[in-house]
Amino acid sequence: MSDPAALRGGAPGPGAGDTGAALPAGARAPVESAAPSDQPGTGALLRTEGLTRHFKIGNALSRRTLHAVDDIGLSIGEHEIVALAGESGSGKSTVARLLAKLYKPTSGEIYFQGRPLSAVRGRRDVLRYRGDVPMVFQDPFASFNPVFRVSHGIMRCLKLHRPELSAQQRHEEAERVFTTVGLTPAAEVLERFPHELSGGQRQRVGFAQALALRPKLILADEPVSMLDVSIRIGLLNLMADLRDTQGVSILYITHDIASARYVADRLIVMYAGHIAETGPTEEVLSRPRHPYTQLLLSAVPDPRAPLAVGAETDRGEPPKVIDPAPGCRFRWRCPLAIDECHQVTPPLRELLPQHSAACHVARADAETRAFG
Amino acid sequence: MSSVPGHSAPGGPVVPRASTVLEVHDLSVEYILERGTVLAVDRVSFDLAGGEFLAIVGESGCGKSTLLFAIAQLLAPPAEITSGSVTFLGRNMVGLTDRELAAIRWKDLSVVMQSAMNALNPVKSIGAQFTDAMRAHGVTSKAQVADRSAEVLQMVGIDPVHLKSYPHQLSGGMRQRSMIAMAMLFTPDLVIMDEPTSALDVVAQRSLMVQIKELQEELGFAIIFVTHDMSLVSHFSDRLMVMYGGVVAEFGATRRVFDTPLHPYSVGLLEAFPSIKGPRVPLTGIPGSPPNLASIPPGCRFAPRCPKVMARCEVEPPELYQVNGTLVRCFLHEGEESGHE
Repeated sequence: MSDPAALRGGAPGPGAGDTGAALPAGARAPVESAAPSDQPGTGALLRTEGLTRHFKIGNALSRRTLHAVDDIGLSIGEHEIVALAGESGSGKSTVARLLAKLYKPTSGEIYFQGRPLSAVRGRRDVLRYRGDVPMVFQDPFASFNPVFRVSHGIMRCLKLHRPELSAQQRHEEAERVFTTVGLTPAAEVLERFPHELSGGQRQRVGFAQALALRPKLILADEPVSMLDVSIRIGLLNLMADLRDTQGVSILYITHDIASARYVADRLIVMYAGHIAETGPTEEVLSRPRHPYTQLLLSAVPDPRAPLAVGAETDRGEPPKVIDPAPGCRFRWRCPLAIDECHQVTPPLRELLPQHSAACHVARADAETRAFG
Repeated sequence: MSSVPGHSAPGGPVVPRASTVLEVHDLSVEYILERGTVLAVDRVSFDLAGGEFLAIVGESGCGKSTLLFAIAQLLAPPAEITSGSVTFLGRNMVGLTDRELAAIRWKDLSVVMQSAMNALNPVKSIGAQFTDAMRAHGVTSKAQVADRSAEVLQMVGIDPVHLKSYPHQLSGGMRQRSMIAMAMLFTPDLVIMDEPTSALDVVAQRSLMVQIKELQEELGFAIIFVTHDMSLVSHFSDRLMVMYGGVVAEFGATRRVFDTPLHPYSVGLLEAFPSIKGPRVPLTGIPGSPPNLASIPPGCRFAPRCPKVMARCEVEPPELYQVNGTLVRCFLHEGEESGHE
């Protein structure tokens, strides 16, 4: 059945050399698509301004506010994979749900193709937006109804979002997108039940459903984290393929920075509801400026390298984002923290071209190494 | 190079540091279902020396957790040990009564489960759960219980005030640490760990791995550590067992398996990890899906996904061949057999 290698070999990936596998991200110059999108309003497919989402917690006696996402400004260009990386509790999934219109922002605004999302109201408008920006979920075992064949979900999507298609056309379209994501023979896979598919195949069905809506941007929330290691790469390659051949953009939400490096053009590192650092993936990872990015990188297990020293003193305790006081949220864990970090929340500053970090200590030229 | 004490010599022969703690011989486990039997673990054998760190890696459904449960005698129907023996400190564990097992558990052998949130009792404080385990083994003096509980909690770097805390008041990392502390109560000879770090973030994961290794160096217990993430154990384990489809695919010194993997599956697994350093290269992963253990193919179980498959692999199951001290189940290495362990 749909094996990733056959997919890679058979996919008409541009630049597919004799290896049969196009370099997913490295081969493309991310500058081309990232440059305009970094200037708000010009060319960005989707951008946010001061996006904030708080949750009320506690009871009547102790009202407290959890700052899940605070003042996020990000942009996603056309034909671009942007990775949103961070640990659990960093607010990355909340961002995805805000972008999917599953949550309303507490404050701030999201602009899709220049239009504010708060103006997207009414069933037809919302439906169109959901078709433009569909979501692929983390758990391929929980996101399908087990009593229906996989064709059920995709047919419903097509009926709902593309009512102009006839039954025959719907079927052809379903087969087309299944073939695109490597589920072949499509006609046969469509008639299977979810339990007859492996985890990797189910995640492909998720992407096929998204693709059937002719999306501009796919929100993929940890799409490979529940899959076996040997299957993951196939899905990552598929995402790169969809960007290159279908022209969609993807927001790839992950806690795995190595897979972000493999597939993403640009990287956004989140910490405790804030953006800690952002820029072209290779640039950020080769010259991490924020101490948190440095910590993350030093903790990634790499069997090819000797064990990095220094980071094990950090326990990886999650940050406190309940009624936070001003100041850098990483300051409790940061060996470089200065007085200012306890007083003032550091703004995101562009230190190098397109490469920004929210840190009082980070400098563009000097190596400020906290970890690794 | 390494900050971890006792880091195993790369590729060197594994010299048992102490007498054998555990001998697993020809162990098979089957799930007996109405629609037939599923052979989840097929004739696995290995020895574990005192103070050794053995890692078992494999994909979901490869039988690694079933093997652990079989060793710890935690299997429940429909799973059943159908052959083999598990000799722990000279005593065959298979067939022991619950009462006999209770005397061993926590004292000589502890198990740390994947999800501490589910393994800890949510309505009892950490201290009360420690007390339970100690009382069960006859430690009744309140002062003794309190002293030892505080001591083990400090060992894993948690302030003893948290003995009064309930599991939900602790972070994921602290819960896993307190599970490990609980496993240390009686300084057992063997600690079995089933993916203890997989629910944690990468920074917490690393910190916990370093701590486990330090505790092991200090207290000298043996560890069997099961994980799906091969790269996690690369710097910590002495020997590495790669399982595939219920059988041992490759088994050897950790560094050697990483540096010169012999089985095509080990090669594929290692190449499936994108690296954080060095050039970005296109990867392919391993095509296909893991085998269905309810209908095992007649030949090599990896044959349908193997890039080096030969006609023979489809019909004849390969044996474990010994190549320079590494065991590998692949016909490619059949002629290279050498040496004794």
